[in-house]
Amino acid sequence: MTWVNDVIQGILLGGYYGIIACGLALMFGVMRIINLAHGDIAVLGAYLIYLLLEHWNVSPLIGLLPVLPVMLLLGYLLQRLVLQRSLRSGLLTPLLATFGLSIVIQNVLEQTFSPDVRSLGQDTGSLVTAAWKINSEISISALSTLIFGAAVLIFAGVQLFLSRTNAGRRMRATAEDPDTAELVGIDSRSVYAWATAVAVAIATVGGLALALRSSFFPYSGPDQLIFAFEAVVIGGLGSSLWGALLGGIVLGVAQTIGAQINPEYSILAGHIVFLVVLISPRGGLLTLRSARGARRALPTVTT
Amino acid sequence: MAPQPLLAAVEVRRQFGALAALDGVDLAIGPGEAVGIVGPNGAGKTTLLNVLAGTIAPSSGTVAFRGTDITRAAASRRARLGIGRAHQVPRPFGGMTVFENCFVSASTGGGLRRRAAYERCLEVLTLCDLDDVADRRADTLGLLGRKRLELARALATNPVLLLLDEIGAGLTDAEAEALVVMINELHSAGIAIIWIEHIVHVLVQVVSRLICMDAGRVIADGEPRAVMSDARVVDAYLGTAAA
Repeated sequence: MTWVNDVIQGILLGGYYGIIACGLALMFGVMRIINLAHGDIAVLGAYLIYLLLEHWNVSPLIGLLPVLPVMLLLGYLLQRLVLQRSLRSGLLTPLLATFGLSIVIQNVLEQTFSPDVRSLGQDTGSLVTAAWKINSEISISALSTLIFGAAVLIFAGVQLFLSRTNAGRRMRATAEDPDTAELVGIDSRSVYAWATAVAVAIATVGGLALALRSSFFPYSGPDQLIFAFEAVVIGGLGSSLWGALLGGIVLGVAQTIGAQINPEYSILAGHIVFLVVLISPRGGLLTLRSARGARRALPTVTT
Repeated sequence: MAPQPLLAAVEVRRQFGALAALDGVDLAIGPGEAVGIVGPNGAGKTTLLNVLAGTIAPSSGTVAFRGTDITRAAASRRARLGIGRAHQVPRPFGGMTVFENCFVSASTGGGLRRRAAYERCLEVLTLCDLDDVADRRADTLGLLGRKRLELARALATNPVLLLLDEIGAGLTDAEAEALVVMINELHSAGIAIIWIEHIVHVLVQVVSRLICMDAGRVIADGEPRAVMSDARVVDAYLGTAAA
């Protein structure tokens, strides 16, 4: 019966991984940018929510609402002012740019907020402790369920946006072929900027989830990035957005089962599943065709 | 020619390293005019079309459309202004349906609202004989289907000027014939056309003016028969008879 509980807890944990993987997958899918600052952006979002709590006593869940548009704007400007320029010079430059950004965010956070470890969990009242007890071994926490629900909502929302709205179609067209998208009237830079804005906003939800379910400090970002990256790869890089959520769930289940064997094996078990998927010839779970072959490379000047 | 040309390129140069792909091209197209461009491989025909569409920027020179300078305008803005472009090798958005390919084009490049964009799509899909495959993913189409989609998607932006790059290449005679009928229809609807094509006998069924390019320059411009018998054009294709 403990196994059943592990799997349930793993699935719920996977919701968190799915949320932070979503923005990473979106940016990679649309722009071929691997955003190494993704985890740090999530942590930055958590700190902004913390700021509201500290100064105006705003509950974290409410605090998310004003922080989201701020982060949306930040993402938009990040693409317009930094990443768009770096895209001109090939694949490596955006990678280095986001790597640099990651270091900048970490140091700014340390300067501003001190290196102390914080958590927002105790500031949400009974949410953190509330749980449904199914029997002596299975207990489902309200917070984990909330985070998982948020993950499903985010993925469904992004999926609906991409498949049903005109802006979503523009984004898909630009993701496939930015030069041709321009020729049918799509401003690819604007699409890129909005994609980054949405990715950063979703990362902020991930940051809040992290702050509620565990703790964060200025250097928490890279760990979250690794989990997000593993979830994206396990789900099948760039094949389908849902893959990132599925990958997150697999990662979560692997970690909770690993922890059951020995608490020290928790993270290791996740890494092992990731490595197995990485070296398997088929690639990720939802990869139908190779990510390299299915998509064009980054936008380059055609001659 | 009309007092104000639809499109005017003046002294356009485009340098790729040491190579001048375009070496000072002047070109003026009147409203509704159909112009063919011929020339040996490497003459700079596709580069010229890319400069006109805004995919690449000229190294120097200017491009004006309806009297407005668009030399620095992004390709997306030109598409919204009314310049449509079809590639030699079709580049459909493979993961989207045939209809979505056109819809995104009509609603963005054509600037049409939902309902109007929908109707525009039905119209161009019927014209391009794609109405029965509208719900298929674009990457399931064969070459002819992709070529038709390339044209349909360009038409969906509601262009006043259509740039066609060897869209007849690789088609059978019967297919090329159908293409000519279609393009003649567009031309008589008032759309100006610049069409690059190697198959001259197909080209002359549509265009009334022919331009020959060689080594990045326009070497002949005028009535098709006169251009094809021009000594410089014959030289460009066959080489100079005597040194």
